Amino acid sequence: MSRAEPETAGSGTPEAARTPNPLWSLGLLRGELLITFRRWRTLALLGVLAAVPVLVGIAVKIETGDGPSGGGGEGPAFISQISNNGLFLVFTALAATLPFFLPMAVGVVAGDAIAGESSAGTLRYLLVAPAGRTRLLLTKYAAVMAFCLAATLVVAVSALAVGALLFPLGDLTTISGTRIGYAEGLGRALLIALVVAASLVGFAALGLFVSTLTGSGIGAMATTVGLLITVQILDQIPQLDALQPYFFSHYWLSFADLMREPVYWDDLVRNLGLQALYAAVFGSAAWARFTAKDITA
Amino acid sequence: MAGPSVTEPEPERADDAVISTRGLTKRYRGGQLAVDGLDLTVPAGSVFGFLGPNGSGKTTTIRMLMGLIGPTAGSARVLGRPMPHAARTVLPRVGALIEGPALYGFLSGRDNLLRYDEADPTADPRTRRERVAAALDRVGLAAAAGKKAKAYSLGMKQRLGLAAALLQPRRLLVLDEPTNGLDPQGMREIRTLVRELASDGTTVFLSSHLLDEIEQVCTHAAVMARGRLIIQGAVADLSAGARGRLVVTTPDAGEAARVLKEQGAGDVVIAEDRVTAEPPDRDPAEVNAALVAAGVRVRGFALERASLEDAFVALTGEGFDVAG
Repeated sequence: MSRAEPETAGSGTPEAARTPNPLWSLGLLRGELLITFRRWRTLALLGVLAAVPVLVGIAVKIETGDGPSGGGGEGPAFISQISNNGLFLVFTALAATLPFFLPMAVGVVAGDAIAGESSAGTLRYLLVAPAGRTRLLLTKYAAVMAFCLAATLVVAVSALAVGALLFPLGDLTTISGTRIGYAEGLGRALLIALVVAASLVGFAALGLFVSTLTGSGIGAMATTVGLLITVQILDQIPQLDALQPYFFSHYWLSFADLMREPVYWDDLVRNLGLQALYAAVFGSAAWARFTAKDITA
Repeated sequence: MAGPSVTEPEPERADDAVISTRGLTKRYRGGQLAVDGLDLTVPAGSVFGFLGPNGSGKTTTIRMLMGLIGPTAGSARVLGRPMPHAARTVLPRVGALIEGPALYGFLSGRDNLLRYDEADPTADPRTRRERVAAALDRVGLAAAAGKKAKAYSLGMKQRLGLAAALLQPRRLLVLDEPTNGLDPQGMREIRTLVRELASDGTTVFLSSHLLDEIEQVCTHAAVMARGRLIIQGAVADLSAGARGRLVVTTPDAGEAARVLKEQGAGDVVIAEDRVTAEPPDRDPAEVNAALVAAGVRVRGFALERASLEDAFVALTGEGFDVAG
């Protein structure tokens, strides 16, 4: 061993000089995204989400094939408009998947984030690598948020494609009755997809927190999805209206306000504020729990 | 700069402990005391055997050393720095195999290693692929690198786990039961690998419940039972504490036992055609001659060297069973 060997990472010198680059930390996020989107489970969830607009589109097509029925009042928002303009299928599909399918998929991915690694035993190897607990948690949360966005976009893009195939496209009428061009309609659709994805951020943080509580991936997924169902039911009970504004799902359907002219922002802002609050509260709780936890699996 | 020679680098202070714990204690939430006041010292450059039956607290100790669980009391230093506080600076220089390998079944062996390497913020992404390939090669998995890990046999998984510990040059390797699931050929390869790494200057901390495994590769050892450290030191010193035994194989076991007692042998035990005893303080040749003179048909006469197992039994007064 001589002094003039700062670059040789030979096996004879276990302590080869390593000057880590802060950017190398992002490698974990890259790997996390790859792993999330390479699981069959993730692909299956996205497949189910992609199928919803297809089903809605075909159902509407068959229904209107008998002749315009004048638009029944029931069903998800905008459904009566689809046969006039395929772009409305995007809004309908998002309105149909947001109460349950989308958050369920997010709940599965978020609930599994830490608990799944724990039950597979891979968590201990990530931590001795050392991934760092805070860094790993942030990476997991970033990956879950990426999944929220991907899931929403899958629904939107699938709906856009089905809508374009089955129905005419063109200028559209907003809820307020004004006409906007097709290009602006597309812009609104994208904006709505982003708002829907952001609506899931609070619930994703809740799922991540649940995931730090248990060593069982399945248990964490079931608990997270169970919480979703419970809150969705409680949100329907009129006697609880004092609590309901604090439920993460309470303002979810406010995204329809983006289709007003002018846009009605109040509930949209409330929704995003509530999501930020949930993310802060449950993100902190997850951090407090995970950084202090004994990893025995 | 008062050193005797300028050309020599800062000497590796061999007397420095790579692992040292003081009063390290872990009581789980249920009240169970898993590790009780452990004072462990692992010298630099040693191959350190960490012995004990299943359930004796070995894995809990290793998890505390790696910062996975927090001690209830006491402290641990790894590479001279406190754990778990200094995990970020210590762990990149430590390779670990803890309680068997854990893999992503849906990823190939190579992708598993890439994943673990990405988790280390000090690992250079530019050399990642080469280092992964080198680690796979070192454990003999190069040919199976593209196969999904769920298709691996237990032995292959174990090798992949070892490869993950070898992704970087390490100062300390912590190997918890590294030969589990391996065939005799695989065990031999692991022992060779451990010796190779040790000769490179890496300290190897090897836990096992297999005594002869420790005896074959380790320079130092510590023995745990029921959460307590029973003894630690150089392997040679440990087994020197126990005496060997005299073994006579004969069809005339009863007669042989009588003669051996006459000759001053203690603790005579008959097991079918084998008679074992603590050897008396006289030339074994005389004992043998006495046996033959008494008409005992001696088919085998041997002095068995004391093994670490004998030392263990002598120390604990019990077998090597699972702690209750």
